[in-house]
Amino acid sequence: MTQLILIMDFAKNKKITVDIKSLPLGIQGLLKLAYSVPEREGARKLKQKLSFIEKIGNSVLEAKAEIKNLVTFLGELMLSSWAILKGTGRFRFIDLMTYIQECGPASFPIVSLISFLVGLILAFVGALQLSLFGAQMYLADLVGLGMTREMGALMVGIIMAGRTGSSYAAQIGTMNVNNEIDALKTMGFHPMEFIVMPRMMALIIVMPLLCLYADFMGMLGGAAVAIGLFDISTTEYWVRTELAVSFKDILVGVFKASIFGILIAYSGCIRGMQCGRSASAVGDAATSAVVTAIIFIVISDSLITIVFNQLGI
Amino acid sequence: MKQACITVKNMTMAYGDFIIQKNLDFKINQGDIFIVMGGSGCGKSTLMMHLIGMLKPSKGNIFYGNENLWGSNVSNQRLLLNKTGVLFQSGALLSSMTVGENVALPISENTQLNNKNIQEIVEYKLALVGLAGFSDYYPSEISGGMQKRAGLARAMALDPEILFFDEPSAGLDPISSKLLDDLILSLRDNLNATIVMVTHELASIFAIGSNSVFLDPESKTMIAEGDPKKLLKTSKDERVIKFLSRSKKL
Repeated sequence: MTQLILIMDFAKNKKITVDIKSLPLGIQGLLKLAYSVPEREGARKLKQKLSFIEKIGNSVLEAKAEIKNLVTFLGELMLSSWAILKGTGRFRFIDLMTYIQECGPASFPIVSLISFLVGLILAFVGALQLSLFGAQMYLADLVGLGMTREMGALMVGIIMAGRTGSSYAAQIGTMNVNNEIDALKTMGFHPMEFIVMPRMMALIIVMPLLCLYADFMGMLGGAAVAIGLFDISTTEYWVRTELAVSFKDILVGVFKASIFGILIAYSGCIRGMQCGRSASAVGDAATSAVVTAIIFIVISDSLITIVFNQLGI
Repeated sequence: MKQACITVKNMTMAYGDFIIQKNLDFKINQGDIFIVMGGSGCGKSTLMMHLIGMLKPSKGNIFYGNENLWGSNVSNQRLLLNKTGVLFQSGALLSSMTVGENVALPISENTQLNNKNIQEIVEYKLALVGLAGFSDYYPSEISGGMQKRAGLARAMALDPEILFFDEPSAGLDPISSKLLDDLILSLRDNLNATIVMVTHELASIFAIGSNSVFLDPESKTMIAEGDPKKLLKTSKDERVIKFLSRSKKL
């Protein structure tokens, strides 16, 4: 059939009449069908080959639009936060509780596993180096400070970006696909207050707690290595940890975790709200939410670490 | 003479520079079952999104009674839109809530009624659409037709003066589609509501439509308005007759 169509198109271009009467009836019918609706003028997509400069230009324009979207969303988020603080914002308290349950207790198993193993790895890597100088005693300092100031918050941030950020983007994206967000608007709800705020509040509440829990699990992992492989007693490990880790160090980690919580919710929700109306768009939104959140987490972590270092915190 | 509850004046709908429809001028009268019809991709659903205030016309105006929908401040616009209820094509029920919670949502947010009264209204509205006893089901646990009816119960929750339906019969079998048509007629008669329906289901158009507008994707404007049954008999436009007679009467 395709060869026949090619021949007929070629003949048409050369203004040659083609007699199809000798063809089988079925083939004649199919050809008639194929030519019954002529191609609409301008319907075919033109394949444009862009030059290198044009591609760069397009990327810059896309980046500009992306920055505008991020700032607009941030502005709307601030307005909604203000409305909630004033008491005029509307969301369901039960939704907030559900999201807290989903982000908090439901994440315990994965946070436990990862934090324990990160503590264990820190201890292993540290112990091998410290033992060169006979300083295994300082293993507890290394793990304690490493977990509380940095790794606890960072690992929780990355776990929650993958677990919760992507889930937020997929949930909101699917709501977009099913017109649920439009339906909320027609009922007079502000999607920012009703959909985004409870999710963001849940992460702001849960992240510091998860960070504390991850710190503890990490230290437990470190202790397992120290006690099991390097002949450090439980009391010794505990005393060294107590001496090395101050309340300030724990607060630094908790502060970072709170910031990461805001950034994860922000990334998940913005990608969900920007989501197109197809199944593949929901997948893209979820992927993009995780990538955005991890980029934000790493950049903000670096900035906070530099600033705290300069301030001597 | 019937009073116009929505008037569209010289409206152009566009996404950026891309015009969807232009020069739209029509009135939707109180008590009408007004059909927005036209071939696929002509902008019917976009027109509905403009009528319910989700999208802003790039030119022209929409009046609810005598008030300009986009001429007033946001709170006044909200007051005007509170007169409406919308049923989206898929039902658009919030999947994280039960059917009952979905119907209760607009009531609890827009009235001061206590929980007991809200529950009574929810049960009554669900009974109206033939879903009595389904309030504790999640949308994923009921069929597509039932989801649409639940969406209709939610759209009617606040007894709106104007109900909008986006392709209510799409995806329904002929019997469910007929039942939905009967339900719409009965709601119009008993609640004295005005119905605006986006559809290309000919059976529904002729069975319940009392007034209509026909959008054409080629010329990007409306090419006919009036009672669909009369249009079929009197219209001289080939595109309208072709559409209304499924290409038979030419």
